[in-house]
Order: sequence, then structure tokens, then C-alpha cells
Amino acid sequence: MTEIRAETDVLPGVDRAAPLLEVTDLHVEFRTRYGVAHAVNGVNFRVSPGETLAILGESGCGKSVTAQAVMGILDSPPGHVTGGEVRYRGLDLLPLPEEQRRRVRANRIAMIFQDALSALNPVYTVGFQLGELFRVHRGMSRRDARKRAVELLDQVQIPLAKARIGDYPHQFSGGMRQRVMIAMALALDPEVLIADEPTTALDVTVQAQIMGLLAEQQRQRNMGLILITHDMGVVADVADRIAVMYAGKVVEEAPVHDIYARPAHPYTRALLESIPRLDHKGGQLNVIRGLPPALDAIPAGCPFHPRCDYAQDACRHDPPPPYAVAPGRTARCHFWREVVGDE
Amino acid sequence: MRDPGVVTGVAGPAPAADRPRGLAGDAWRDLRRSRTFWIAAVLVALFLVMAAFPALFTPADPRACTLDRQYDGPSGTAFFGYDFQGCDTYARTVYGARNSITVGILATLIAGVIGLVVGLAAGYLGGWADAVLSRVVDVVLGIPFLLGAIVLARRLSQNASDDGVLAVVLTLGLLGWTTAARVVRSSVISAKNQDYVAAARMLGAGPARLMMRHILPNSVAPFIVVLTVLLGANIATEATLSFLGIGLQGDAISWGIAINESGRFVRSAAAPLVWPSVFLALTVLAVIMLGDAIRDAFDPKLR
Amino acid sequence: MSDRADVVLETRGLVKHFRSKVGAVRAVDGVDLHLRRGETLGVVGESGCGKSTLAKLLVGLEKPTAGEIGVRGQNMAALTGGALRRARRHIQMVLQDPYTSLNPRMTVGDIVGEPFAIHPDVVPRRGRLRAVQDLLDTVGLSPDHANRYPHQFSGGQRQRIGIARALALKPEIIVCDEPVSALDVSIQAQVINLLEQLQDEFGLSYVFIAHDLSVVRHISDRVAVMYLGKIVEIGDDREIYEQPTHPYTQALLSAVPVPDPRLRGRRDQIVLSGDVPSPADPPSGCRFRTRCWKAREVCAEQEPALQIRDRSPHPSACHFAEVRDVLHSG
Repeated sequence: MTEIRAETDVLPGVDRAAPLLEVTDLHVEFRTRYGVAHAVNGVNFRVSPGETLAILGESGCGKSVTAQAVMGILDSPPGHVTGGEVRYRGLDLLPLPEEQRRRVRANRIAMIFQDALSALNPVYTVGFQLGELFRVHRGMSRRDARKRAVELLDQVQIPLAKARIGDYPHQFSGGMRQRVMIAMALALDPEVLIADEPTTALDVTVQAQIMGLLAEQQRQRNMGLILITHDMGVVADVADRIAVMYAGKVVEEAPVHDIYARPAHPYTRALLESIPRLDHKGGQLNVIRGLPPALDAIPAGCPFHPRCDYAQDACRHDPPPPYAVAPGRTARCHFWREVVGDE
Repeated sequence: MRDPGVVTGVAGPAPAADRPRGLAGDAWRDLRRSRTFWIAAVLVALFLVMAAFPALFTPADPRACTLDRQYDGPSGTAFFGYDFQGCDTYARTVYGARNSITVGILATLIAGVIGLVVGLAAGYLGGWADAVLSRVVDVVLGIPFLLGAIVLARRLSQNASDDGVLAVVLTLGLLGWTTAARVVRSSVISAKNQDYVAAARMLGAGPARLMMRHILPNSVAPFIVVLTVLLGANIATEATLSFLGIGLQGDAISWGIAINESGRFVRSAAAPLVWPSVFLALTVLAVIMLGDAIRDAFDPKLR
Repeated sequence: MSDRADVVLETRGLVKHFRSKVGAVRAVDGVDLHLRRGETLGVVGESGCGKSTLAKLLVGLEKPTAGEIGVRGQNMAALTGGALRRARRHIQMVLQDPYTSLNPRMTVGDIVGEPFAIHPDVVPRRGRLRAVQDLLDTVGLSPDHANRYPHQFSGGQRQRIGIARALALKPEIIVCDEPVSALDVSIQAQVINLLEQLQDEFGLSYVFIAHDLSVVRHISDRVAVMYLGKIVEIGDDREIYEQPTHPYTQALLSAVPVPDPRLRGRRDQIVLSGDVPSPADPPSGCRFRTRCWKAREVCAEQEPALQIRDRSPHPSACHFAEVRDVLHSG
């Protein structure tokens, strides 16, 4: 594709040799009148071109807030990024003025959401919303923009794209709307795509179609993909690496095969044992006792210790650092050796 | 250790867990501790007493006016001075409470009852009942207010020999219920489609229980807000009607009439305009505060 | 068929059509099923297949357009008034969303005790508090929490409250409509285990409706697969999951992601094209034919019956039913 590369390339600080996207020690808190909720407490991860990183966790673990902070679309107030760096090709995005941030967001890092219907504007046709992107960011004429819009809808496999360009979002089915949103996210050829629970609201057969489409587009464009989800099945199907989040921290990060074969954090392990399996009928499900902590009252030490079978005294006081379990693999557990060793 | 997933609302000195409580009991416990509630309640009580026994507040006769005293300053028990007719502004304000509050409360009650019944019926029954009632609401809403009020008030006061309070109350009530009806209708519709209503129906709950236990408690909040606003509006509108000669008759006294009359002479004397306005505003404010406090007390989520 | 005396719930020709602007929506269109004592029947299908409407019909929240619902030898669909209210005791329901299924302005004690208020003869007035506390204890909640309000509980705890309410009248049958789909993974397991434990304790029979095929397999003895208002295949869990014979079941199973990265790219992938057709205007003949790779002319002309076939050892509604193990192949 011979697109005019956008003006972000000339932004000072962008170094094409630096990692594509690197998040270091990210902290986010929400200040409300009931207190301060510590949603993200020192998250680190990195995505390379063509790689799929899954951020896995239950509701309230901070996975969506992390994505919003990276995108710069955090609701503020009450949300505040209180520390850390989000580097795109070496350039820290957090201190950038909103104007420049917006350009990076439009051209380099794109995001899709769970609910396509509320992410698309109901009063404009799909073709207009897509075309507008090209006209505003690429300075295309109305006709060229329309042509590109049709091409894009074709790429995301919307049947009869040319005819449907004049339709409004509500005229599409759930799966088709998700495709439209993917088309909008891909329009300006982003290098990183963040997908926040992209298939949670969809039926399994449609989910399979959408995940297939995402994987195909990622391969063709060599994009970095950050998949935010709670679904361990989907993750096993598409991810290269997984970051498991709990109480605002990445408690374990590892290549996908390692994590399913030998989890190194008790939380990961317990999660895997608590899901029923499709391919064989198991006995009683393993249960993680208790509840995830409220974000304004995260336990001291290891946040998982009140629910953990491995917990000892040390876990109550010393927050575990990310221990290097293997190259490219970390776990925030003092007793990761026992966890990995257990069958 | 406290259970981290449970928001501690009932925490504090552990309540006697064995005695079961209900929403009303909890709400009253809550209200007793609410400062807003007490301030509002005291104010409302004060104005009610003023309306019932004005002589307790002033020895003066509000109708003893003499032009000699036109625009005189405060003297004796005439704390607010005299108006352009030479009447005691304080006495007239105190005596005005009765008509204003009577009209306000009764008209709001009538509008509230009609609005509630129509809104509940339209929202709960749905279908053709809703279609018919909603059209009736539209028609009443479409009547130009003043035109409707002139016709109604004239018609109603023809065979009445009194001071016109009843006519004004009925006029305001019969023309003012539409907002309440609409608000009740829409909140009933959203409440009746909630899963907990389905759950109760599945248990075999009849329409009365569904309405009283499930739908009504979850849809009255906006209704209360509409009523409190309507009360203030009714007191003010009575003034407009009286000014046009279709409201209170003869030498009736009310805040609205006072505000209207003294407005023309505000350059000569502000007090006859200001004080009835202050009393009116305080009454409306107290009622709105009372409504808010009660509404909040009946919402467990705010505890 | 096994002993008829064992059957606690049976539907015959159950139909529910909704009127709409585009014509009759055939949400449930001829469903025959039975449930045995102590058994769990799973019902799976995608949105719009009619499984939630089926649940509402079974508990009497909707009146069927046609057909019968037999509970204890009575046709529930024909009952009204007091008789219907009494019959409801035998069949209760756990709803999907623990956030909307509990009245926010009632205490938990009032919510769990409401069945006793509606059916005053079940427990005498003086014993009700005790009964409510027992129920809370049964579902793993503290009896001291009776004076709290729903918003003070987490999603999993709220679902327990809903289960306690369903148990109050000591029903034989509980219809669970997506009881865990709104819950987090770790909480899901707690609720599923609780349901299993209650089943053993009280000899309950469950109709378990869900879109999550893994959860359904875990909890069900038999499974019915629904598509556009009809059951397309029914059998025990082995038959449905290991030897599915209906193409839709096969596609559905192959689309479910399995939490095992070693199977990536090695599983039998059947990606269906298109969307589910509108239930207001279902295709002629076999309703799945518009998305089916096996479809031939006969599929448009003749509606396949749900029956045992040459190549399908369990009932399957496909002219070309044939076993294909989509989970373990590759």
C-alpha cells in the first residue's frame, strides 16, 4: 500500500528502531468522593509488530483501564494516570499535548470495543463515518474517500459492501457491526490495534468469524494486537503471549504454551482449574474462595494472598516482585517454584 | 476482616440482626438522622401553622389599610413597612400564607392523584389503554394554559359564592397533571420490565402485590420531584390567575396577588414585593428539600 | 424411553408466536422434551434460538400459543388463577442477571421471604424468619445478612440470593436461564458447584439454559440444541459432544474456543457463513439449510423430523445426519 505516511513519523522522539509499544510501570487511580480506587498499580508490557498479546483478567482487574490509559481516552476526572510511561517507538505518549496525542491515536494506535453499536454514531451512515476518516486525516476528496471506504468494508468481508455503504449502524447485525468497527479502526493503517473484549457480546459462531478476521488482518498488516479479554478459550486460540492481571497488576506474563501447560502464579493456576471444559466432562470445579478485592482496599503484600492456597507469612507483608521464571516469563509470586512444580 | 466485596453501608455498631426490617423502617431511621429533613420539616410546619393560625404571628388586621401610610417604613409590628395601599406588608404576607398554601397543596394533590392514576394505568396496562390515555394527555397538554384556565375558572366560579379558592384549585389541578402522568407512565414502564417483576410474577404474585411492592416503590422518585416543582408553580400561577381577574375573588389575600400588585410599584417600595417572594421561595424550597430527603431515604443504594 | 413415572416435566408441541410489525415471530415453534427426576437437561443455542422464551413458557411467565406443559399430570398451560399459582410451586426459575433480578428496594430477607408471603400456607407466619435464615444458610450466605439490600452484595452473592428465592417453595424443578453468564470465571465455578450440591441435597431436576457449551456440558446429563425455535438435536452429553450428528451442533462445537493452545490449528474448524435468519421469516424446510454446507434440494422442501436415523443413534433433525467428532479430530 502506498499511503502517505502520516505526520507522526516526523514527531521528535519517534525512533523506528525502538520497540513498537512499551508500557512501563503504569499507574492509574480513580478519585471519587468515596475514596481513591487504585485501578492500575504498575503494569509493564511490550508488543512487537505481528505479535498478539492477550491481557487476561476478571472484571475490575484493571485490564480495560490499562487500555484506556494507553489510548489516552481515560475518563478524567475521575481517572488519573499517576505514573509510568507509554512509549510508542521510543516516544513517551503520556506527556504529549492532546493535539499530538490525538494524531498518534488516529494514525498509529487504534482500538475496538465490545459494544459496536454505541461506538458508532447512529445518525451518520457507515460510509460517511469511514470516509470522514480519510478526508480529515488523509485529505482525500469525497469520491476517493468513498472508494477507500468500500474497499475497507470489502476487506472486513462485509457482503455487498458497495450497497451497504449508505446504511446506518443499526441496520447491521451484531457481527456485521463489529466488522464495521474493525474497518474504522484499520482505516488509517495503525501499527497497534487494541481490542477490548471484541467478541464478548457475540454468539460463538460469530465470535469465530470475527476472531478469524482479526487474525487475518493482523497477519496481512503485521500489526501488534493487544487482546483484552476474560475468555481463556479465545486467548488459547490466538495469543502469542499472555499477561494475567489481578488487582491492577500483571501477576504473570508468559508465552501462551507455557502458561496453559505450567502456570507459575497461583491465580492463573486456579483460574484454569475453575473453568469447565468442552472436550471432556470433569468432576467438581475448582473454586477460588472469596472475591477479588475492592480497588480502594487492596490487601497489603501480595494482593492475592487472602484467596491463595500457597500463601505464607511473607505474602502478607512483602509484595512479590516480578520473578524471572524463564527467559521472557515472569510471575509475581514468592513461591512460583512450588506452583510450577505442582501437578 | 471485612468482606471486600460488600460495600459497608449497614456497618457501624452491628444492628440487631435478628429483627427483620423493611424499607419504610430503614427510611425512617435514615430520615431521623438527616439534617436536610429536619430543616425542611420545621420550615414546612412553620408555614402550615401560619396558614392555619395567622393571628398567632401578627396582631394587625391585613385589611386595615389607609392611604396615609402609603410606603411608610417599618413601625411597631409592621416589620416590613406598608405598601402602596397603605396596608401592613408583614400582616398581608402572613395572612397570604393560607390562600397560597391551600391553593398550592390542594391543586398539587389533585394533579398528583390524576397524574398517578393515569400514569399507572397507562404504564401498567399498556396496549390500547396506554394508547388512549397517552392521547388524552397529549390533548390536555395541547390546550393553551391561559385559555383553558380562563374557560375553566369562569365556568367553575359561576355557581360558587366563595372567594374562588375552589375554582382556582380545580383549574390548576385539572390542567396541571399531565407532566406527572407522563413521568409516572415512563418510570412504571421501565420498572415493570425489570427482572425482579418477572421473578415475582413467577412466584404467583398478583397485580396488587406487583404494583405496591415492586413497581411503585421503584418508580415514585421522579414523581416526587415533579410534585415538589409543581407545588411552587401552582402557588405562583394562582397569582397570575388572580391578576387576570379569574383567580381569587374580592379582596382575597395571597402571596401571588401581593407579588403581582407590588411589582408595578417596585420602584417606589421594594419590600411589598420582596417579602411575599421570600416566603414563597422558602415554602417551595422547604417542600423540595423535604421531597429530596424522602426520596433519598427510600433509596437503599444511597445509604 | 425409560420409565414414565420418572418424568417430572414434559412438553408437547410447545409453540410461542409473538405478534410484531413484520408478522408472527416464531420464537418457539414445536418443542417436545421431557425431564426426569434428578436430571439436568441442558438447552443450548445462540441468541434468537428461542431458549429464553422456552424458559419463560416452562415457568408460566408466557402463555404458549399452542401445546402442553405437563407437570405432575397437570397441563400448566391450561391453568389459571389459584390452580396456576399452586402449580407454580413445583417449578421455579433462576434468572440470568443478578443485578436486575432482585428488587433494589427490598431487603434480602423480604426477597427470599416473598414466596412465603404469596403462598402463606407453605410456612406459618411465625416460622418465616427462621425459614429465610435457613435458606440463606443453604446457599452459603450468612443468615445475618437478611436486613441488607441487594446492592451490598457482589454478583455471585446476588445470584445465591436468587437461588435461595427459587428454593423457598421446595420446587421439584428449577429452570436456570443463563444463571452464570453474567458472572466472572472464578465466581461461575462457585455458583455451578452450589447448583450441583443443591441438586444432590434436594433431588432437584434442572432445565439449564445457556449459550456457553462448556458450562452446559459440565452440568448436564442430557443436552438439547436449539436453532430458530426448534430442537435440532438431543442426546446425552457424550452423544452431543463426542458424536454430534446435526451440522449445526457440529459447527457450534467447532466454534467454541478451547483453553488449550496445543489444539490451535489442529481442530476441525467449521466457520458458518452469514447470520441466523429472522425468526419472523424462517427458511422453508430445514431452518438451518441457508447456512449449511450439506444442504440439497430436499432440505428446502421437507422439514426433517427430530428422530433417530440410520447414521444418528440419537434424535437429530437432519436429512443427512452423520456422526462427526469435531472436538477430538485433527
